[in-house]
Amino acid sequence: MTSIAINASSAIGGAAAADMHAPVRISVRHLDFFYSDFRGLKDISLDFYDRQVTALIGPSGCGKSTLLRTFNRIYSLYPEQRAQGEILLDGQNILASSVDVNELRARVGMVFQKPTPFPMSIHDNIAFGIRLYEKLSKADLEDRVEQALRKAALWDEVKDKLRQSGMGLSGGQQQRLCIARTIAQRPEVILLDEPTSALDPISTGKIEELIEQLRAEFTIVIVTHNMQQAARISQFTAFMYLGELVEFGPTSKMFMTPNKKQTQDYITGRFG
Amino acid sequence: MVALSERIAISTMQTTRRAPKSISDPLFRWASFASALLVLIVLAGILGSMVYGGWPAFRQFGFGFVTSSVWNVGKEDFGAWVAIAGTLTSALIALVIGVPVSIGIAIFLTQLCPRWLKRPVATTVELLAAVPSIIYGMWGLFVFAPFFARFVQVPVSSLVEGLPIVGTILYARVPSGVGLLTAGIILAIMIIPFIASIARDILDQIPTILRESAYGIGCTTWEVVRHVLLPQAGVSIIGAVMLGLGRALGETMAVTFVIGNANRLSLSLFDPSSTIASRIANEFNEASDMHLNALLALGCILFLVTFTVLVLARLLIARVRTQ
Repeated sequence: MTSIAINASSAIGGAAAADMHAPVRISVRHLDFFYSDFRGLKDISLDFYDRQVTALIGPSGCGKSTLLRTFNRIYSLYPEQRAQGEILLDGQNILASSVDVNELRARVGMVFQKPTPFPMSIHDNIAFGIRLYEKLSKADLEDRVEQALRKAALWDEVKDKLRQSGMGLSGGQQQRLCIARTIAQRPEVILLDEPTSALDPISTGKIEELIEQLRAEFTIVIVTHNMQQAARISQFTAFMYLGELVEFGPTSKMFMTPNKKQTQDYITGRFG
Repeated sequence: MVALSERIAISTMQTTRRAPKSISDPLFRWASFASALLVLIVLAGILGSMVYGGWPAFRQFGFGFVTSSVWNVGKEDFGAWVAIAGTLTSALIALVIGVPVSIGIAIFLTQLCPRWLKRPVATTVELLAAVPSIIYGMWGLFVFAPFFARFVQVPVSSLVEGLPIVGTILYARVPSGVGLLTAGIILAIMIIPFIASIARDILDQIPTILRESAYGIGCTTWEVVRHVLLPQAGVSIIGAVMLGLGRALGETMAVTFVIGNANRLSLSLFDPSSTIASRIANEFNEASDMHLNALLALGCILFLVTFTVLVLARLLIARVRTQ
């Protein structure tokens, strides 16, 4: 037990402490999720706090990605998948059929496991998403593109080749381009689905640094398989298992004194 | 237990091990090399005999054989221009009609089609490719051409008569239903299954995650297809189109039925014309001497045209890739 505490506290070193008074941004209420007949999420109720990083952890198939994919309703691309219950984003139920999903996805940005640059120039990768929802003058647009690239810590590396294809960048740069593309739309929430799983340690470090900075402006939810990563960058952690939420709390507490034996076993690597 | 299985493994290895044979591997290598070589030999043989047979026509008419639009069997005066123009125009019409429809089919099948409808639609499109070209020709001549004459050529001709440009291009002096545009439409139907099924495979191969991230920034289906999926597929789609073009240029039977087989240079798409392939098919039976040489020379030109299309396609693809 002592040794766990030592390991965890050294791992947590990087992340800022959880702000227990942050307002709730996303509130999940009795959420069930179905893949045809298979019930992927079972009665999940959970709050996500404003301008905090919340990590979703758990073994493969536990439903953490499924949960993430309900927040921008990307699952609705597949007719056999459906969600029941409520997800309140700023008080509005985004699962309601009256919600415009395209607009929702501009408010809730998502970054995927692998970098997915669009087949266009670096500049257009960013400008494309902005132009979908805003009519800006050329100067304003250029400004927004630069801002987004700066925030994603990519500007200095690409400022001389904005007209070149986004496919020519390295994997880590591509992933930062995808993050830039997402924040350029000024979303309220950013969803990260194992954003560093395809990257080398140096690129991973840069992305983690970036997430830490973005927390000042955005509510961030990250799915990760990497326990250390969750400890390093998140303020809150939710541990899921077999479609159920086992435990949720401030990351420091989850890693040092979890309430449930299952959580402790997973965090210390005894299963999963 | 482990020791036992190891011992079994070792003993089987010993029994199956054999001295390396020195002859079988080179033999295999030569056999596969010969198979590959055979294609080259056949190709060279065909090209050689075509050039040899067509040479007298090229020698007699010179470069004029390509530019002249005369085709007079009695006077033994031959020029290929009408057939070349007819071949290129009918193939171009086929692409203009066929490519958008094919890509539409591919997009519907991969992005919009409900799962239960996918298989019936895909199978139907592929069955279209299995229809023999003579059937297309017969159907085109006996069913489509009269219909086309009555409901398209006649009304359109009376509408555009006397107008500049369209009055020429879309005016039928004799609304018979057969002609360049009819041939182009039939060709379009024939190349659609090829382009559509390749385009579908290409779109299917685009990673789901790219599609999801395009939807993820709030794109509508149209925006995803137009700005992300099609550009991503771009180069390969050009390849699919070129394959369709190759087929349209060389298609013989169906075109021979519906193009009207006239050696007349006309600016109207409703007028009968000829393609290289249709002329050869029509006349080879009674051809002799210089007439036969002229037909073989026509064949050489078709060979050259299709070859050029393929080379251009490759160059185009290479250029897009390096960008």
